[in-house]
Amino acid sequence: MAGAERSRRDFFQRLARGAGGAVLGGSVWAYLLQEQAHATPFALRPPGALDEEDFLATCIKCGQCVVDCPYDTLDLAKVGDPVPIGTPHFVPRTTPCFMCPDIPCVKACPTGALDPGLTDIAQAEMGIAVLVDHENCLSWRGLRCEICHRDCPLTNTAITVEPHPRKLSKHAVFVPVVHSDACTGCGVCEKSCPLPEPAIKVLPPALAKGKLGEHYRFGWTTENAITQEFDPAEVAPEDIGSRLQESMDYLNEGLTP
Amino acid sequence: MRTPYLIARRLVQFMVLMLFFGTAHWGWELAGAPLLRGDLSASDFAGVVPMADPFATLQLFLTGHLLATRVVVGAALVLLFYGLLGGRVFCSWVCPINPVTDLAAWTRRRLGIEGRMMHLSRTLRFWLLGLGLGLSALSGVAAFEWISPIGMLHRAVIFGAGAGWIAIVGIFLFDLLFVPHGWCGHLCPLGAFYSLVGRVAQVRIGFDAKTCTHCGECTIICPEPHVLNLKRAAEAGMVASGDCTNCGRCIPVCPEGTLSFAWRGQCEPAPPAPPAAPAGRNQ
Repeated sequence: MAGAERSRRDFFQRLARGAGGAVLGGSVWAYLLQEQAHATPFALRPPGALDEEDFLATCIKCGQCVVDCPYDTLDLAKVGDPVPIGTPHFVPRTTPCFMCPDIPCVKACPTGALDPGLTDIAQAEMGIAVLVDHENCLSWRGLRCEICHRDCPLTNTAITVEPHPRKLSKHAVFVPVVHSDACTGCGVCEKSCPLPEPAIKVLPPALAKGKLGEHYRFGWTTENAITQEFDPAEVAPEDIGSRLQESMDYLNEGLTP
Repeated sequence: MRTPYLIARRLVQFMVLMLFFGTAHWGWELAGAPLLRGDLSASDFAGVVPMADPFATLQLFLTGHLLATRVVVGAALVLLFYGLLGGRVFCSWVCPINPVTDLAAWTRRRLGIEGRMMHLSRTLRFWLLGLGLGLSALSGVAAFEWISPIGMLHRAVIFGAGAGWIAIVGIFLFDLLFVPHGWCGHLCPLGAFYSLVGRVAQVRIGFDAKTCTHCGECTIICPEPHVLNLKRAAEAGMVASGDCTNCGRCIPVCPEGTLSFAWRGQCEPAPPAPPAAPAGRNQ
């Protein structure tokens, strides 16, 4: 009986020790994983990458996308890089994505971390170019730089040049404007910006985009008009001529001496 | 020559990494497809045969994601391969950490470093294996792949090194100064995984009980000496433990030629010992 008692005590001691070790070791391990997973929100992923959380879960870190990238754009994050260890990413200022029409990186992925459903590279959403520095952008300074616009693989769709009034001057400035629905985040613009530090930078979509409250309605656009049945032709008053005169009189009231 | 398998193992380890490296950097091809694209986590041979680390694939699966067919097929093929050739044969013939820990063990022998600074159970790795799988399910990322020094090393060799070398030096020093065979023999969850595979693996170290003199040479060189329990080996006619890495070190050191590679089916248990002769009649 004493022996059974001792072995039972022994068993519970070992159980407690094991549980303690598992909790301690598991906590340290889990902490390391958390640190890694949130290493940076700035990593730019290959085309077709799933949302960051799903991508991190499904990427097996094999580097097959890296090997098949013909431009050596992609790289596996090394220990010490500010990107979760072993995952593929690219730095546009070093080498942007040149948007191969056959998307070899996606075809090389064995796990589906790069979605094989992406067949048109123009639909890729690697990131969104943002003209972050209006103060130093040469176009905003009044020069006709626009290199990002001309180098953009989807020029006039993803980046257009728009006139913008220039304070009191009679002349306008012409500024590059990125359209997030078309921009793939390839980073050619960031690479081609002639400044020592680019004024246009690619950010992951989650960082680049704001989100409009769902209750918002823009009353001045027809698709959002609250009076859905409103049809100006139907309710136009018949004696519109006299009403026009009436309103003119109202506006001119008090002008005559 | 006393170390034929050692040289063969170094060649295989080097060639595997070389094939990956040559494909990644020099565009090696076979029949117009990349020769061996990827790394030890997952790869593609000649664009035809997918391969994947079954333990890594299991972790990815446990994060709760549906995986593409290619990685699943690849993991099955690799599992079949090691199931045939001996489970932890990965550890001693392929894994790039093996030369590091072997170097630590060699340095230990040369410098006469003995003993250990702490006791670690050899079953600890199985608990770490379970913990890794559990954490993969809980944290949503492949828990071991994210901290694996094995991955750090083969990625460093194939795709370029970062600060990953620190982990490798750490393992070397741990094995050298703290616990002999500390990483491979006590901690590595991937080794533990392949150890489970090794329990059913077909290629084993055969043991011929008739010639064994119990000299113990094999257990001195063996990195997992508990697998050379000679009584059990005699009963099974082979080294049955899945912890055996099929490294073949014991084969050339045995003065009697008792040990050799063999198929599981070939290994015959020794006949039961003859009844002890009555006392007082010893010739």
